[in-house]
Amino acid sequence: MTSLPANPPERRLGLVIDLDTCVGCQACVVNCKEWNTGGYPAPLSDIDPYAAEPSGAWLNRVHTFEAGDGAAGRTVHFPKSCLHCENAACVTVCPTGASYKRAEDGIVLVDETMCMGCGLCAWACPYGAREMDVLGGVMKKCTLCIDRIYNEHLPEEEREPACVATCPARARHFGDLADPESGVVKLVAERGGMDLMPERGYKPTNKYLPPRPRRDRTGTTGAPAALEAAAPEAGFLGWLDRALSR
Amino acid sequence: MPGTSTKDATEGARVDTSPVVSDEVKYSTCYMCACRCGIKVHLKDGAIRYIQGNRNHPVNKGVLCAKGSAGIMQHYSPARLTKPLKRVGERGAAEFQEIEWDEALDIAAEWLGAIRESDPRKLAFFTGRDQSQALTGWWASQFGTPNYAAHGGFCSVNMAAGGLYTIGGSFWEFGEPDWELSRYFLMFGMAEDHDSNPIKLGLARLKERSAKFVSVNPVRTGYSAIADEWIGITPGTDGLFVLALVHELLRAGKVDLDYLVRTTNASWLVIENSDGPDDGLFARDDHGDPLCWDAESEAPANALAAGVTPALKGRVTLPDGRSAVPSFQLLAERYLDARYAPETVAEQTGVSAETIKRIAAELAHAAFEQEVVLERPWTDWAGRRHETMVGRPVAMHAMRGISAHSNGFHTCRALHVLQVLLGSIDTPGGYRYKPPFPKPVPPTNRPAGHARDVKAGQPLPGPPLGFPLAPEDLLVEADGTPRRIDKAFSWEAPLAAHGMMHMVITNAWKGDPYPIDTLFLYMANMAWNSAMNTADTMSMLSDKDPDTGEYRIPRIIYSDAYFSETVAYADLVLPDTTYLERWDCISLLDRPICEAHGPADAIRQPVVQPDRDVRPFQDVLIALGARLGLPGLTNGDGGPKYPGGYPDYLVNHERLPGIGPLAGWRGTEGEHEGRGAPNPNQLNKYIENQCFWQHELEPEQRYYKHVNQAYLDFAVEMGFISTRAPITLQLYSEVLQKFRLAARGHGAARPPERDRKRVETYFDPLPIWYRPFEDEVNDEAAYPLHAVTQRPMAMYHSWGSQNAWLRQIHGFNKLFVSSALADEQGLENDDWVWITSRHNRVKAQIRRMEGVNSRTVWTWNAIGKRAGAWNLATDAPEATKGFLLNHLIDELLPARDGGYRYACSDPVTGQAAWYDLRVRIEKAAETEAGETEPRFPAVVPPPGLAAPPKTLRYGAGFRKRTGDGR
Repeated sequence: MTSLPANPPERRLGLVIDLDTCVGCQACVVNCKEWNTGGYPAPLSDIDPYAAEPSGAWLNRVHTFEAGDGAAGRTVHFPKSCLHCENAACVTVCPTGASYKRAEDGIVLVDETMCMGCGLCAWACPYGAREMDVLGGVMKKCTLCIDRIYNEHLPEEEREPACVATCPARARHFGDLADPESGVVKLVAERGGMDLMPERGYKPTNKYLPPRPRRDRTGTTGAPAALEAAAPEAGFLGWLDRALSR
Repeated sequence: MPGTSTKDATEGARVDTSPVVSDEVKYSTCYMCACRCGIKVHLKDGAIRYIQGNRNHPVNKGVLCAKGSAGIMQHYSPARLTKPLKRVGERGAAEFQEIEWDEALDIAAEWLGAIRESDPRKLAFFTGRDQSQALTGWWASQFGTPNYAAHGGFCSVNMAAGGLYTIGGSFWEFGEPDWELSRYFLMFGMAEDHDSNPIKLGLARLKERSAKFVSVNPVRTGYSAIADEWIGITPGTDGLFVLALVHELLRAGKVDLDYLVRTTNASWLVIENSDGPDDGLFARDDHGDPLCWDAESEAPANALAAGVTPALKGRVTLPDGRSAVPSFQLLAERYLDARYAPETVAEQTGVSAETIKRIAAELAHAAFEQEVVLERPWTDWAGRRHETMVGRPVAMHAMRGISAHSNGFHTCRALHVLQVLLGSIDTPGGYRYKPPFPKPVPPTNRPAGHARDVKAGQPLPGPPLGFPLAPEDLLVEADGTPRRIDKAFSWEAPLAAHGMMHMVITNAWKGDPYPIDTLFLYMANMAWNSAMNTADTMSMLSDKDPDTGEYRIPRIIYSDAYFSETVAYADLVLPDTTYLERWDCISLLDRPICEAHGPADAIRQPVVQPDRDVRPFQDVLIALGARLGLPGLTNGDGGPKYPGGYPDYLVNHERLPGIGPLAGWRGTEGEHEGRGAPNPNQLNKYIENQCFWQHELEPEQRYYKHVNQAYLDFAVEMGFISTRAPITLQLYSEVLQKFRLAARGHGAARPPERDRKRVETYFDPLPIWYRPFEDEVNDEAAYPLHAVTQRPMAMYHSWGSQNAWLRQIHGFNKLFVSSALADEQGLENDDWVWITSRHNRVKAQIRRMEGVNSRTVWTWNAIGKRAGAWNLATDAPEATKGFLLNHLIDELLPARDGGYRYACSDPVTGQAAWYDLRVRIEKAAETEAGETEPRFPAVVPPPGLAAPPKTLRYGAGFRKRTGDGR
């Protein structure tokens, strides 16, 4: 009901998230909340913040789960926010035109003045990346910090999304995924960056870098399986006979 | 990346991409945990718009964790106290009357003044997560009481003491892995709030560089989740695992012998004289210098001299006829023994022999096959120039997981011994000291508080905390009775360098070793998550002597910024400010924030002014000190020495001539670093420099600091150490042996009969491993499981779980149980279970998990709350479902021979042994499901605290849009 840009945007701004280094610390989650509750989508409301069932609007969440059994399994910390899809179903489903994809950089935004809070976009999003602000009666979502990345009031090195700037494990990277020379594109190539659920055809912009292979077996570090005893024939501490000087 | 503004683009009208962020930016230091990151605080319309990490700050380099990012909600918390309070109801009922500050200070001064004029020890002053210990400790000594400590005794003193008595440094504030050059990183049992952002930044660097990261931890969360290898060790057995690695390295001769003879006491000769008074001491020359056996001259020689050729093995006869052996031989004999073989320890540790052998081989491979050589000339302590810096790129890090056991001191020492044997201490790629460390082993200050030190109306002659070198340094009466209320520095816990805060309430309640008058606490939630045996602790705080009707602990003064559980037990409440409303100092005299490449310190400045009748605790303490006439806090005429409060003190206080709380911009013009006259403009200088100061070491000073002439000269100049002598790493600890000799009946200061065997056993001069005490005293069949806690990365003790944002992430805690164990007991997710220890039982919901040692259950720490506390709704999940394991932990061990009950603590340092806990779990009856137990009557917030808001629209007011049609 709302159109995507007629031509694919020349720039596709997005995030590359490294699942190999994400420790699940929630820094990106809270810093996003902190920036955005006073930023473009302000406020991100909270209901019953000090009562039995606190809940609120968050534009980024980290899900933690385990994959595989026992010690051979893995604990995965999986940060998830809007993936700024090329085929953004949340846009085409929007009955009012509030949800839109920017032609110049591919960022998907909600114009709250046009949003009636019907929630269709949340139903349409295959990634569950939209958040209803119950108090505001409008839909909120990751803006890729649209009010930071171009902000001339911020020093140039700070013009990146809050989640990227704050990530202590440096697991989040921001850039133009349409630019073959960009750091993020190179990173994706190097590390085998992946789309989330590519079979669904939404062509997300954000990519995930898979965990690196584990090195918990002999042969993965160049070291032998065990150390050989030193000079066993020379007796106790036989290897200690060379002259040493202080 | 950022590009052009979109003002002219099609959608330009819909989005202002360049809004003004803030009216003003102020720098300060975070206090959302103990990490102390630099922050940049944006203010808009007088309110806090945004807090971000400071890119230039040495600790966090621009990043900020979840806690730091939630600072806005901490600052505006509805749990903030608003005015001084005087108790009007019974203790624990939280019935208060608001009073003015004058009255509050009068009351405190009256109580404390009377104590000081009679017996200063009747004041027990204990501060919790205090970041101003350089002030609070000094204040206690000015008052004249030895009964002072902060929270180190219940946190990680084993780690600090184990390191300081071995290498003159430790982890976190003391030293860090060489993230840039390390090839192999071994991490043990981390609490995730300890050095949290630097560790995460460091792990990212290691991964970028393909260094291997091994995490040894019973639980696979957080850091362990991204490790190349996770070793789910059985709690309390890390020391055994480490010593098995040592066994393997010694067996293969994979130790750095050159490093050992140059920088450690491996060659020092140990006297072997069975039961003699000198047995196990170092053989020394007439000047007291240690001797080694010079292989070339085949004679004893000064072990400290440059150029000797010391033997590391061989029993020798000294000219005086005594037999002696290099300490390295004793070390090798001990750990080459089959009881440390991987096959022997595998079952106990839960780590296969194959894994232990492989890790040892990998350590050796990284250290010796991947040696790092920096082409960087340097000069050693003896003036010899070296063209290169050779490093062993193996680094380690550990914290509370291994230190919070009753065998933690020796485990921490074992870990340092392992690093020393590999030659990785302060070499490229290894562990790096952070100045002001290394310090002499151990540091040179001794605790004050002997009978001769404590006098009515007089200050102590020194600080109440320190590092005993010998039995004579203990704070005990002639008969061995402890002189401190927490029994720190007694025979029960001789090297209790951080005190034993966890024992204060129990001992004060019992009057053991003596009754006190006033318990003065700051920022320590001792009536809840900071105490062992929480339920009984609450009773002790409110217990009355039936004969007199008086409280057994007569007076309690408490300072906190929030309505924590402990507030309810105070007679007088001194409301503190939030961290954004105060001056503070992260001092080199306290717990510094230095980096390996140079010392640093920092300040907090008030970012906003308090809107309540509250005062920074440090201002209050200084004002109180002046009212009490404490010598350091008054002028000759009796007037206050620091009328400007804490900022006045920060600038003008001198601990030694020229050395004060802040090292930067000293001297009247700000021209000096480290030493210099007070500079009236110092705080402005800090503010201009984003609230921190840092000195960068020269490249030649950055490694081998303990034996590096250029570094040692610098450290003396800065006042970090008093002599240029090289610092010798102590593999074999003669200090420990001195206590053992006392236990054998030698010397003037000897332990009472009751403590002799204990001291002899646990003061082994070489690291030992023994089963944690709770393993010893519990019936394995009745309590087959280990139970530990971890702190979530998004929380810092009880502060975090009242925060409107953070409590949406961790609203209540469950007990994590391995799937294998859950299957054994027929447990599904969300089932309610009873967790039972020998002491108590707690009811909780479970969550099945794969990544946990199968004989271990665990939960998140300090999320459970008492109903009504922190101004949360009484039906908040923190109170109805959240639970504390603390209830299960007895602060005392069962009575042993003679009926005495020792603290549930490490026998060397007194460190609280939280993680020794043994439990069993059983499914609760269906009728019991739904709520945690034990629960306690809800407390009602004191006057001044408004009902918390039902909704939050924080930031709505900052929204000033253009072109959005509104």
